[in-house]
Amino acid sequence: MKIVGVNEELCTLCGACETTCSTFYFKEDNRLKSAIQVHETDQDPGNVISVCNQCGKCIEVCPVEAISRNKKGIVLINKKTCVGCFNCVGVCPTGTMFWHEELVIPFKCIACARCTKECPTEAIFMTDVD
Amino acid sequence: MNSSVEKMRASRKELARYDYKPASIERGYSGKTLYINISDQTIKSKDVTDQMKDIFIGGKGFGLWYLWNAVQPETKWNDPENEIVISSGPVGGITQYPGSGKSLVVTLSPLTNSVMDSNVGGFFGPYLKFSGWDALEIQGKAEKDIVILIDGDKGTVTIEEIDFQPGASHLISEQLTEMLAENEKDKMHISVVSSGSGAEHTNVGILNFSFYDLRRKAARMKQAGRGGTGTVFRDKKIAALAVKYSSLTGRSNNPADPAKISKTGVKITREINKFDNEQFRMRQIGTANLMTPMNDYDLLPVHNFKYGSHPDAVKISSDVLRDRFTQNMPDGCWIGCSLSCCKAVDNFELKSGPFKGEKVIVDGPEYENAAGLGSNCGIFDPDYVIEANFYCDTYGLDTISTGTMIAFTMECYENNIINKEITGGLELNFGNAAAAMELIHQMGRGEGFGLIVGQGVRRMKQIFAEEYGADPSFLQDIGMENKGLEYSQYQAKESLAQQGGYAMTNKGPQHDEAWLIFMDMVNNQLPSFEKKAEALHYFPMFRTWFGLQGLCKLPWNDIVPEGNAQTDSPEKIPEHVQNYVDLFNAVTGKNIDKEEMIRQSERVYNFQRIFNLRLGFGTREHDAAPYRALGPVTVEEYESRAERYDKQLEEDVGINPAGLSIEEKIKAMRKYREERYETLLNVVYKRRGWTENGIPRPEFVRELGIDFPEVMEVINKYI
Repeated sequence: MKIVGVNEELCTLCGACETTCSTFYFKEDNRLKSAIQVHETDQDPGNVISVCNQCGKCIEVCPVEAISRNKKGIVLINKKTCVGCFNCVGVCPTGTMFWHEELVIPFKCIACARCTKECPTEAIFMTDVD
Repeated sequence: MNSSVEKMRASRKELARYDYKPASIERGYSGKTLYINISDQTIKSKDVTDQMKDIFIGGKGFGLWYLWNAVQPETKWNDPENEIVISSGPVGGITQYPGSGKSLVVTLSPLTNSVMDSNVGGFFGPYLKFSGWDALEIQGKAEKDIVILIDGDKGTVTIEEIDFQPGASHLISEQLTEMLAENEKDKMHISVVSSGSGAEHTNVGILNFSFYDLRRKAARMKQAGRGGTGTVFRDKKIAALAVKYSSLTGRSNNPADPAKISKTGVKITREINKFDNEQFRMRQIGTANLMTPMNDYDLLPVHNFKYGSHPDAVKISSDVLRDRFTQNMPDGCWIGCSLSCCKAVDNFELKSGPFKGEKVIVDGPEYENAAGLGSNCGIFDPDYVIEANFYCDTYGLDTISTGTMIAFTMECYENNIINKEITGGLELNFGNAAAAMELIHQMGRGEGFGLIVGQGVRRMKQIFAEEYGADPSFLQDIGMENKGLEYSQYQAKESLAQQGGYAMTNKGPQHDEAWLIFMDMVNNQLPSFEKKAEALHYFPMFRTWFGLQGLCKLPWNDIVPEGNAQTDSPEKIPEHVQNYVDLFNAVTGKNIDKEEMIRQSERVYNFQRIFNLRLGFGTREHDAAPYRALGPVTVEEYESRAERYDKQLEEDVGINPAGLSIEEKIKAMRKYREERYETLLNVVYKRRGWTENGIPRPEFVRELGIDFPEVMEVINKYI
């Protein structure tokens, strides 16, 4: 499947990916509502890019079976079925099932590739994984 | 759809109907209660007043208040005036915090003849609220079996006759769910409350609350286990209740501050994900994780609470049970519970009874079932424990009382108090799984010796003394009941605080009020009477609070946050206490602190104590414990811990055990322990604001704001 790949060494924390994502999906430029988030750490590499790797751990714990894989292997949340319990947020091994205090349900990267087209350094890109 | 469900659907006969517009939920409350009198088929809506919310909060508080107003001092459990009240609570129904879907059942108990409350999972309470009802109040008695259906989607309440057999609770849940659902997904929107044939023949009937398990495609059940709520239900000829609500969202409870709820919920869910596997393994084993540590610490009830451990306990250990449970399933009894402790054994093939040869899902065994039905009866066979668990549930029998009742009969049998003639041929020696299983089937069928056992330990003591000439004082010593309710499955003998935690309870000896064994005995955190009294004030009040809100106690201390050991009071889990304060405030928009939280409970707890008084109970004499719960009754019991007891005699009692016979040592130990228990009552009563007779003092009752004229009238009789 095609997922968003990352090369954190190239990330400059410019935030273009966050703006692209939140503007498209939530109609506002708000990095906390972006399904890809970048931040600085004091470790190596200093800049971290958080984006779903489509591992599917969240599927197992959803009590209402609102999370599933589509034919391309991408993990999707059915917004009509989701009851906003955030169990998926709690178990996400990469911290990339996001939640926001204004939103009833969580959100995540669905590998739409929009952010990768806006990244000026190719720190994010679409990549094929098994 | 199978033919029996088609037949049920065709047979539906509406006896009464009430159409309503479901009230919108405001900050955790619908503001309405559904009252149904099944004698005359009245169905009406009652307002939930601000005073009710302020004083009684919800859940058990609402149940007690409605029941108080429904009954008289002389009302008995099987009078039509008695009610079954079911209510969740203001926090109940949120999906973001684990353990937030509980219902509280309140009624007069056939075991204690006084007020009973039982806390149960399943979807019913939250769906009831979101269908527009903070509480369901059922009064009266029907002439024929009826079903009450609440449809929160359509806004209808109906009382119906439906042609089906009400004997097996798992089938009732399954068939009614099937009958009411429009498709597979729709089953998730239904919850059924039912009992079984055992509830008709015994005093220990339970209510099973269903929750639909999407992955197993089955209506599973959680139990309102204690005190015979199912017996009242079947005596009223209620075959089932069902509620349907299909619009659940993360905002159904319409809280004042949803962001704070989400934040608190995400925090604890991450905590559970990070620490559960190294702490209590609730997601793997549920409460059965206690089997091994209880045996290791000599606290597992063995042979009717004689002993605290057994070499064969390893056969029903935590890990043995874990291997029987299906792993990696979201086993929450309410939607979104990340502690997920509601484990199940799948595809279990039954070896006995009416469903012999069928493969079933068994909900549990939880700790209480494995300890009560297993070790306490000397049965260390996991297959027996699982099968007995299944049949107790579907017959509608309380596994805790059933375990303690069978263990009692086994000790009586081994002491020749009862024999094969009396038991109808059952050789009730400790460890006889076949005989124990047959006894459970007899309770389910209403036959033979099962009819006597099913009346409970208190009645058995009377029967064995009056009809079979048994020594009443020995039966009093070994019959593990207090207030008429059987003890739950912890060995309290070596923990004075837990002895009080059990026998000073409002409803009878159930560990949901106070579980202090580890603090007191293992960790020695309560060395003085004052510290024990403080714990026996704080913890029963704190734990009462869960039952006011629609919450489960387990996510409070069955997961421990990082850094807890470094806090001022690690036993209270301060961070989690704050979580609950935050949740309450975030739902209701109020602004309580942890002190007001305890005050909320004190109001309801003391009201319940006074309710007991009103019904002729609730004084000091009713807080007496059978000696088996305080110390060694028999020679073999003393000998099993001779070193410990001899040391206590020497160091604590000031008696040199050398040269004394075992009987003399038992006597000296008994005098010491009974005196200590009486001292404990004195200090705890004082701390709780009660007189030496256990009566809440009038000035304290006024301070709490529960000084209604009829309440003061009750206590003034005792002052």
